[in-house]
Amino acid sequence: MKEVKNILLVGVGGQGIILASKILSQGLISAGYDVKMSEVHGMAQRGGSVTTQVRFGKKVYSPIIGKGQADIVVSFEKMETLRWLDHLKKNGKIVVNDYEIPSAPILVGDAKYPQNLIDILKEKADTTVFKAAEIAKELGNIKTMNVVMLGALTKAMGLTDVDWETIVRSNVKEKFVDMNINALRKGMEQVK
Amino acid sequence: MKKFLTGNEAVARGAYEAGVTFASAYPGTPSTEILENIAPYKEYMYSEWAPNEKVALETAIGASIAGARALAAMKHVGVNVAADPLFTYSYTGVNGGLVLVSADDPGMHSSQNEQDNRYYAKFSKVAMVEPSDSQEAKDFVKTALEISEKYDTPVLLRLTTRICHSKTLVELGEREEVGIKTYKKNIPKYVATPANARVLHIKVEERLKQLEKFSNETDLNKIEWNDSKIGIVTSGIAYQYAKEVFGDDASYLKLGFTHPLPMKKIKEFADKVEILYVIEELEPYMEEQMKAAGIKCIGKESIPRIGELNPDIIAKAILNEERPIIEYSEDEIVGRPPTLCAGCPHRGFFYMLSKKKNVMITGDIGCYTLGSAQPLSSMDTCICMGASVSAGHGAQKAFEFNKVDKKVIGVIGDSTFFHSGITGLMDIVYNKGNAVTVILDNRITGMTGHQENPGTGYTLQGEKTHAINIPMLCEAIGVKNENIFVINPLNLDACNKAIDDALSREEPAVIITEWPCVLKKLSTEDIEKFGKGKRMICKVDEEKCKACRICTKTGCPAISFDKKAKINEDMCVGCDVCLQACPFDAIIKVGE
Repeated sequence: MKEVKNILLVGVGGQGIILASKILSQGLISAGYDVKMSEVHGMAQRGGSVTTQVRFGKKVYSPIIGKGQADIVVSFEKMETLRWLDHLKKNGKIVVNDYEIPSAPILVGDAKYPQNLIDILKEKADTTVFKAAEIAKELGNIKTMNVVMLGALTKAMGLTDVDWETIVRSNVKEKFVDMNINALRKGMEQVK
Repeated sequence: MKKFLTGNEAVARGAYEAGVTFASAYPGTPSTEILENIAPYKEYMYSEWAPNEKVALETAIGASIAGARALAAMKHVGVNVAADPLFTYSYTGVNGGLVLVSADDPGMHSSQNEQDNRYYAKFSKVAMVEPSDSQEAKDFVKTALEISEKYDTPVLLRLTTRICHSKTLVELGEREEVGIKTYKKNIPKYVATPANARVLHIKVEERLKQLEKFSNETDLNKIEWNDSKIGIVTSGIAYQYAKEVFGDDASYLKLGFTHPLPMKKIKEFADKVEILYVIEELEPYMEEQMKAAGIKCIGKESIPRIGELNPDIIAKAILNEERPIIEYSEDEIVGRPPTLCAGCPHRGFFYMLSKKKNVMITGDIGCYTLGSAQPLSSMDTCICMGASVSAGHGAQKAFEFNKVDKKVIGVIGDSTFFHSGITGLMDIVYNKGNAVTVILDNRITGMTGHQENPGTGYTLQGEKTHAINIPMLCEAIGVKNENIFVINPLNLDACNKAIDDALSREEPAVIITEWPCVLKKLSTEDIEKFGKGKRMICKVDEEKCKACRICTKTGCPAISFDKKAKINEDMCVGCDVCLQACPFDAIIKVGE
C-alpha cells in the first residue's frame, strides 16, 4: 500500500486547477495506475480556497490525502501553499507559482498578504519557485497557467512514463493545442 | 470500457444503464451534477428540474406509479422537504422501481447542517443502499431499482460529498431497456386513506422482515476475512478510509445494503473476531442498532460523530497513530472566505440595505447568503430554503404584537422564491403581514452553478419554455401593484428609494431586483432585456481619491486598498456600484 503516491494541487477558484487535475488523472490512468481524485466544490468557487487531491498506485482506497502525506504540493497561488503545508510529507516537494491573489480580509485592509512566503517554504521543504502567470502571458493567454503548472508537476514527480502531450492535446480546443503544448514544455523546463 | 467518473456522474450513468425513463431533482450541492449528467441522455430518459424537492419526489412517484423506472435526486436537507411524500410512498409501494438519491454533506462543505440521512431510511421504513465509490454508485442504482420492484419499496441511495465529488474508475455497461410496466388502477394500494393505510402498514412491516432476510443474504453485504483480531463493520466512504488505515491487518464486514441491517450476518461476524469496531461517518446509525441487538462493539467512543471522517482520524482514534507533519506558524495565513463575485448584482442592493438602521434582515439559502459576511453584514438569519420570507413574517408579527419598533426585510433569490418562498409570501398576504419581501432575481440558480428554474425560460434539457413573471405572480397572490417595486440593483439610488418606499407601506410590499448573475451565459431574452454592454471597467483617479475606503465597504473582490484604492482591471466588469458609492467622484468608468 505504501506505493500509493499523493499529489495535492492548491489554489484559488477560477485558476483552472480542476482541469489540470483531470488531465493529470487521465495521464496516470493511461499509464495503468489505479487513480482517485477528490475535489472541493460548492462555495469554494466564490473566491475561496480550492484544492484537488490525486492519489495513484496499484490500488487506491481513500480518495483524500491526510496530513503529512502528500508527496508533492503544487501551488497555483503563493499563500495557499502555506495553508496546506501540514499535508506535505516530511521529505516532500513543493512546486509553487510565484503569484498572489489577495483574499477578502486583505482587500478590505484587515490583514496583510504574508511576507517572505518563499523563504519560509524553502526553509521547510525542497521548493521550486517560478512565475507561471508570466510564462502563460508570454505564451499568449494567462489561462494556460494551469498547464504550465501541470508540466512542472509531471517533471517534479518524475512521471516520464506518460505521453503528456497527447493527453493535453485531447483535452483542449484545437486552436489552443499549440499554446498548451508549449505551456506544458515550459512548465517542465522550470524543474531541474 | 472504463471511465473516470465522479459518484454523481456514475449515478447518472447507472440510471441510463438501468433503463430509467424519468428523473427529477432540485439542484443542491453536492447532488446537482446527477441530473446535469442525466439530461444529455435525452433519447432515453426524460429529466427535469423541479421547483423543489417535494415536487421532484412527487413527480418521480407519479412516474413510478405509471410504471416507469424513476429517480429523484437531492441534497440531504432536500429530503426534509420531500419527507412528506417519501413516508407515504413507503406505505403504498411502487409500480416501476423508484430510487431517491440523498447526497449528504458531512463536514458541511456547502450546507447549513450535517444531518445523517440514513435515519430517513429507518424512519420511513424503506430499503437503503450505500455505495463506497463511483463503480458502486453506478451499479447500486440498478440494484436499487431491482430491489424496489422485487420488494415493492422505494429505495434510498445514500451518497456523501466524498462519493459525489471524487472520481474513481468505472466499468461501463450497456443500457437495458426495461420498458414501462402496465398501469392498473389499484385504489387500495395507491390511495392512502386511513382505512387503506392501516392495511398498508401491515404490509410494510412484513416487507421489512423480507428485506432483512435479503440483507443477510445479499452480496452487497460482504465479509473480507483477514486477521480475526480486529473486525470492522463499515459502509460508504468510511469503508475506503478503514481499508486505507488497516489494509489487510483487519477483517471487514462491508455493508452496501444498510436498511434493514443484516443483523444475523453482523452477529456471525462479531462472534469470530476479537475486537469489533464500527467505523461510520456522522451518527452511530449502525452502532445503535447493533448495541440494541446485544452486539458488543466500539464505535462513537472512538470515532467522532461531528464532521467529515478521514483516515487520519481513524488512525489516531483506534491505533493512536499520528503522522509527523511539518511544523510552521499558522499566524501568517490569512483566511480566504467566499465572497460575492466582482460585478455580482446582489452587491449594490446589500450595500444600500446595510445602511438601514433599525431593521432585521431575514436571509435565505443561496449566493446571497454571502451578504451576511463583512463588510456588507446585511443579513441576520439563514435557516433553510424559503425561511427568509416566512421567518421574516413571524418576526414582524412578534415585533408588532409586543410593541417593538423594528421593521423586518426578508431577502430571497429567484430560484429559492419558486422553491418555497412563495408560500411564505402567501402567508404574509393572507395574514395581513407587513414584513418587506425582497426577491433578488439574478435570472438563474446561481450558487449551485447555473441551473434553469421556472423564471429563466429554459428547461433542464435545453428547451425553450414559458418563463414565470415574478411581479405578476406576486400580484396574482394579492400583493398590490403599487406595492411592488421592480428595480435594477446596480443603481444605488433606485435601491435606496425602493427600500424606503417598501418600508413605508402598511400593506405587504415586495422589491424585485432584476439583473443577471455576472457569471451567467446570457440567453437571447437576457440580451434583449439587459443588453450586452461594451467592455467597460471602473478605474480610480488617484488624484481625487481621499483614501476614505468607502469603496471597499461594498465588499467587491476587485477593489484593494494600499494608501489609495485600486481596482483590479482583470476582475472588474464595470458594474459601477463603487463609482456610485464614492463620495469624491474619484472613480471613473473607462473602456471602448
